[in-house]
Amino acid sequence: MRVDALSKVTGQTLFADDIRLPRMLHCKLLRSTKPHALIENIDVSRASAHPGVHLVLTGKDFPVEYGILPVSQDERPLCRDKVRFVGDPVAAVIACDEQTAAEAMALIDVDYRSLPTIASVNEALLPTDSPLQDYAEENNIHRRLSYSFGDTEEALEQADHVFEDTFFYEGNTHMAMEQHASVASADPDGRVTLWSSTQCPHYVHRALAKALEMPAAHIRVIACPNGGGFGGKTDPFNHEIVVTRASMLLGRPVKICLTREEVFFCHRGRHQVTMKFRTGVNNDGKLTGMHLQTLLDGGAYGSYGIASTFYTTALQPVTYQLPRYSFDACRVFTNKPPCGPKRGHGTPQPRFGQEIQLDKIAEKLDMDPAELRLGMVQPPNALTCNYLKVGTIGLADCIESVVEKSDWNNKHHQLPSGRGVGLACGAYMSGAGTAIYWNKMPHSGVQIKLDRSGAVTVYCGATDVGQGSDDVLVSLVTEVLGIETIDVKCVTGDTDLTPVDLGSYSSRVTLMMGNAAIQAAERARDLIASAVAIRLEVPEDHVGFAERLVFDVEDPSRNMTFQEAVVCAEEKHGTMATTGSYAPPKAVGRYPGGGVGPSPTYSYTAAVAEVDVDEKTGVVEVSRIYIAHDIGRSLNPVQVEGQVIGGVYMGVGEALMEETTSRRLPPKLSDALVHDSPSMLDYKTLTMHDMPEVLVDIIEDPDPNGPFGAKEVGQGPLLPIMPAIANAIFDAVGVRIDEVPITPAKVLKALEQKAAGRDPRVGPKKFPEIKWPQAMFVLPPDEGGDGKASNKPQRKRAAKMHNMDKVTES
Amino acid sequence: MNKPQHSHLLLKVNNEAARVTVDPGKTLLEVLREDLSLTGTKHGCELGECGACTVLVDGKPVLSCLVLAIECEGTNIQTIEGMAVKGQLHPLQIAFAEHGGLQCGYCTPGVLMSAKALLESERDPTRPQIREALSGNLCRCTGYQQIIESVEHAAAVINEADDKSAGADS
Repeated sequence: MRVDALSKVTGQTLFADDIRLPRMLHCKLLRSTKPHALIENIDVSRASAHPGVHLVLTGKDFPVEYGILPVSQDERPLCRDKVRFVGDPVAAVIACDEQTAAEAMALIDVDYRSLPTIASVNEALLPTDSPLQDYAEENNIHRRLSYSFGDTEEALEQADHVFEDTFFYEGNTHMAMEQHASVASADPDGRVTLWSSTQCPHYVHRALAKALEMPAAHIRVIACPNGGGFGGKTDPFNHEIVVTRASMLLGRPVKICLTREEVFFCHRGRHQVTMKFRTGVNNDGKLTGMHLQTLLDGGAYGSYGIASTFYTTALQPVTYQLPRYSFDACRVFTNKPPCGPKRGHGTPQPRFGQEIQLDKIAEKLDMDPAELRLGMVQPPNALTCNYLKVGTIGLADCIESVVEKSDWNNKHHQLPSGRGVGLACGAYMSGAGTAIYWNKMPHSGVQIKLDRSGAVTVYCGATDVGQGSDDVLVSLVTEVLGIETIDVKCVTGDTDLTPVDLGSYSSRVTLMMGNAAIQAAERARDLIASAVAIRLEVPEDHVGFAERLVFDVEDPSRNMTFQEAVVCAEEKHGTMATTGSYAPPKAVGRYPGGGVGPSPTYSYTAAVAEVDVDEKTGVVEVSRIYIAHDIGRSLNPVQVEGQVIGGVYMGVGEALMEETTSRRLPPKLSDALVHDSPSMLDYKTLTMHDMPEVLVDIIEDPDPNGPFGAKEVGQGPLLPIMPAIANAIFDAVGVRIDEVPITPAKVLKALEQKAAGRDPRVGPKKFPEIKWPQAMFVLPPDEGGDGKASNKPQRKRAAKMHNMDKVTES
Repeated sequence: MNKPQHSHLLLKVNNEAARVTVDPGKTLLEVLREDLSLTGTKHGCELGECGACTVLVDGKPVLSCLVLAIECEGTNIQTIEGMAVKGQLHPLQIAFAEHGGLQCGYCTPGVLMSAKALLESERDPTRPQIREALSGNLCRCTGYQQIIESVEHAAAVINEADDKSAGADS
């Protein structure tokens, strides 16, 4: 049972909005009604005079910009000169209660001067006089990246076949059940505390210090247990900074809890991505090279966007052997809520494209899709062409597991029309190898305090967002010290009390916090052992720890209780505390940008989806998902299975219904570009009725870089689901839906085209024209490269894109 | 501006009498959380869309964000705080804790209330009955499967205990 289970089933867990402090005031944010406009004037006089209102703040009160990435400090707690999407906050009212604050908000007069709205990626690529962000590279282009790992064009020319396919992945959002909430409380001495539903208290801490121009040492950020995150609470948010400033100005606690609509405006969700793959394949099914292009709709702000952009390309080579690889990636700004990291961060979109393309390749080469993949799985400890170091890899075992458990060989191409199976794979990082900001310090720190009572307290900045990280922390410490869960108290996510952990993102916590925790616990164990060894008159390495006893391993009857052992140790060493630190191995690739993609180890997943397609309505029902996940080592089987099933759930939702889109209001209303579905009713997700049965197989092949061999499970299992479903639909009814969500309308359209003898496919026809920079050339390790960029223009793209005769339009 | 008159309410929550003086426009959810400090009941939308605020009114699951507190006078209101009796956890609470029925725990109080109502009317529910009873409770973490399994485990435990006590009676 996880350590937080009983407080959660009894309703005792305190989430941020459950905190109520004496004299607490309430904050509401007035949000822009214009998608893109200059703020000419804000008159708050009537609101300030409203009874019950204590303070009204506007952009003028926040002169300093902030943002999660050092290269895109483009946000303000409240917009000062300009609004960039419907929902951008322009003013804050702090009042005796929410109702009064809402009344006062209606009394704020904002004069806007509208600017042209950028509603799509295609509009963002066009020349403009009024770019959303003044640091855009060109037009509304945030960033373009071009890399070539070896001469990919040559690899494509020499291939027996070149497959060219375009795909579209609509954006979607986290929709964590908990609405973001924050409470700030200023101390009379100038310090301030913020309780918040954040996945990354350390990054909030840094943003508060910057935006409020005060020493970080005087700010305390406490991450409350998150009511779900999925990446949606990894950015520092404007409302967190606003309530902190307000509390300091008023000398009273100030709370905000966003409405569900405001949560949709905060967004930071999955980017919409259009992509194009050109992949060279030989007749034996081996890949010769791949050229991938991606175009991301980033919304109005930078957020994690540059990292997201890299991630739409970086991880393709860690699954299959790929001698040469090049990519071009482009992120644009549009007048929509900003996109950022959602479960899988930038990797589900290209994984969707790649795994469907492999299905098409198998079909064309008359190979079994599982056999095709098994023939090219990366070997253990491979160094990919883009210099990512694969550790253990259980991908082949995963594929074999789902093939066997699903009875693939008797189902694929053999089920009656309308029923089908599809296979896909994926891989994900167990933590990003580099921090958000460059530094040489640990990514995770753990402290352990023990005393004569026998009590053990473990401190770590990690944040439990529901994934069970507190439980992992406690169980690793109990494992090393041979004590029980109830004996260890954990204190997490508190910047005053706990050492820094970078946060709950990139599936990093079990691995990084876990390794730091084991180091701290082993140091505590060794201190105790050194004292007990003297008492028992045995060598230190003969002291064992189990079942709350510390004993002579040669003769366990010679023992003492754990508490007695700690007393022994306190007598010998004085006050007892230990620390542990973890920093990931250095990236092997030393080219600029080589910091995105490296990880201490990668998890691998394979899935088979079984679907029923109603050819009359186009409705797709996913009846069963078989999934195998290579986790290295499972630390808590119930929780691991829960993470896998949760990933499948979100993947099925993304495949079939979840989408974040915008629409223009009718001109007679305002013509404004607005969010299409900012409610839990309009934003479609699976209910219990829609969820297919999931059969989970956990593949264990301990990785030396993981704590007791463990790898991640929070994000990887989502990745193969969308393409497995798309491939199953092809198997069922012979149509290709090369985009998500796969709605009944799209399936029907493809079926109609099939019946009419036309291309039985729905998906983007072409990839937009983009002026790419000169690609950074990096020679792959297999060709003698040293991991550095070279300026040799070894790419033939400028000459001839590819030999048209060889293109197999799939 | 004329503020509405406050109402004096006598509510029965978890078998305890609770007197509150509130704005008559307040929902049951708001009164539970803000006036009675029963913050175990959560909210995910305050629009009746997510099920997180489910409580039992006279044994029936009700979305407390859609009911006014003044409508609940004379009823028997049960919240998550009343589910364990004198420190004894309900079998559903134990089953959810042991079988992965919760992750972030935010939807959990609402799910548990819906499940409790189900098991009180259907001692051995089928999977379709469980799905139907809990389909109004959204969960973003678990993918529902371990929730369903937890309800089944709890039903088995309750039935076994009932059978035993029936056996002891006879």
